[in-house]
Amino acid sequence: MSTLKYIINRILWSVFVLVGLSMLIFFIARIIPGDPAVLALGTTASESALELYREENHLNESIPVQYYYWFKDALTGDLGDSAQTKRPVAQDIGEYLPATLELIFFAAIFEIIFGILFGVLSARRSGGLIDNTVRVTSYLGIATPSFVWAILFMLLFCYVWRLLPTIGRLSSSVPVPVHITGFYILDALLSGNSAAAWDTFKHLIMPSVALSLAGIAQSARITRTSMLENMGKDFVGAEISAGIPMRRVLLSYVLRPSATPTVSIISLDIAAMLGNAFLVEQIFSYPGISKYGMSSILTKDLNSIVGVVMIIGITFLLVNIVVDIIAAYLDPRIRLQGGAK
Amino acid sequence: MARELAEQKIETAAAARWDSVKRNWYKFSRNKISVVGLALVVLIVLAAIFERQLAPYPQHAGAFTNFAAAKLAPCKEYWLGTDQNGRDVLSRIIFSFRGALIMGVGVISIAAPVGVIMGLVAGYLKGRLISTVIMRVVDIFLSLPSLVLALAVGAMFSPTLFHSMMAITFSWWAWYARLVYGAASSVRGEYYIQSAELIGAGRIHILFREMLPNCASTILTKMTLDMGVAILMGAALSFVGLGEQPPNPALGTMISDGYKYLPDMWWLTVFPALAIMLIVLAFNLLGDGVGDMLGSKEV
Repeated sequence: MSTLKYIINRILWSVFVLVGLSMLIFFIARIIPGDPAVLALGTTASESALELYREENHLNESIPVQYYYWFKDALTGDLGDSAQTKRPVAQDIGEYLPATLELIFFAAIFEIIFGILFGVLSARRSGGLIDNTVRVTSYLGIATPSFVWAILFMLLFCYVWRLLPTIGRLSSSVPVPVHITGFYILDALLSGNSAAAWDTFKHLIMPSVALSLAGIAQSARITRTSMLENMGKDFVGAEISAGIPMRRVLLSYVLRPSATPTVSIISLDIAAMLGNAFLVEQIFSYPGISKYGMSSILTKDLNSIVGVVMIIGITFLLVNIVVDIIAAYLDPRIRLQGGAK
Repeated sequence: MARELAEQKIETAAAARWDSVKRNWYKFSRNKISVVGLALVVLIVLAAIFERQLAPYPQHAGAFTNFAAAKLAPCKEYWLGTDQNGRDVLSRIIFSFRGALIMGVGVISIAAPVGVIMGLVAGYLKGRLISTVIMRVVDIFLSLPSLVLALAVGAMFSPTLFHSMMAITFSWWAWYARLVYGAASSVRGEYYIQSAELIGAGRIHILFREMLPNCASTILTKMTLDMGVAILMGAALSFVGLGEQPPNPALGTMISDGYKYLPDMWWLTVFPALAIMLIVLAFNLLGDGVGDMLGSKEV
């Protein structure tokens, strides 16, 4: 099976999963106690207004019929109106999603760089100082919820040392960069506004580190284990006896075959980040999709809940596809057998 | 004579069992950190059982106010300080252990059996329609970060410990199904399954007496490790107010109440956070030990 066919299969499969997910979340959002019309318009709304709302949103139909209408609209990009912002959900998502993607992107970059770096360092001297430090830290990193890291970082870096900005995405003294992509750093760099790019980056450091700590610890341990396993193999002995420097052996020959488990753990971690962002964004008042999603969850804003859940599902599936492609690139066995699963 | 023989047999059986306990303990305790994990878990469980006897101020667990002693930093009378209502933080942390453990046990004792049965059936009947259906449903449940689904479901119902437990369980079973599916579909071609089929063993027998024991080590290890993860997720839900309601103490709620008072009243946040770390760490260490003992590689 060629790589291309493999990728196309994966994408088709993801579309099926998305449809399933939309049914699941739609039905959950419709079976909850409480009248959606009252939830949207408030208890003070008149009976005729409620009836009008029900009629407009097909709430008098059966649930499968409601789903049909929702699905038809969703295909054209219309996810209904949000009860809290009174705007189309799609518009809200368009505004908030880039901030979260920026956050997750940096968290993933931190995880990849530091996870692999610490993994290689601890594999190089197994049982050494770095190895033991990484082991202890990784236990702590996994045992601590990211919202706790977020709070502790805030305490240390914002209040005690006053190094980093506390909340938000951009300082109020810095003007918002011209809207090109919605990604502040990218927009700022494209429009040559380096002050805004730097300010956005400073705002991103703490939330993304808080999100990535558990992942860094986990991917470092996985990299270490799988490198140690490969280092016992004959080809490594041959390379060392041929006089190739240890650093080169590790980085050029051992790391690549050892990276496959790391890559797949990173995809799981990114999923966890998408979830944990719900709390971390809340703590840093970071205006992203998760903070929006959190407030729609707490106010039972049904259309936004369904929209946010769908967009997170799509993001997650896309990340999975990208990770699978990377894994296939790293390990020809996956490519040739047509999938790891 | 016959009786003596029988007694001897019982004795050797008992000795063999004792031997295997000793061997397992040796494998488990080779890594000293696992023993620390076990000790911590035992201590936490004991603390949860004897909360009333252990907590210095048991009455502070509920709605209690003593403004004269409010907002005290850690001192001799209140080892971990007091909150804005004058309640002892240490007592409230001890009283929150029970909820955390119930959360972990509750989630896993529902999610694991459901997921295991699904996974066994799907693995054994791989290639049939029912297997495809089960695994497709599993894929759908795993297409969303567990926390997001738990938050969305949890928010739909009135916030109680039980509802947040159900919300977490709602997608959790799928992880077990996927894990067991992998293990079960790899053993289904083995000779002992084929011979069981040949002599006419029923499906139930093959699923639960032949396949299940061969996946048990992986499942048990995952269950121990999952205790920590489920407790973490419960803390995350109670942090946003879904879960145990005030005045009952929950670690997540204590942190979300406390962090508004940062940086001055740091003890309101730092100690409950350390308590979460301790519980989760304890179960992770124990889980690693169980994995070593049962020889399961990766979970």
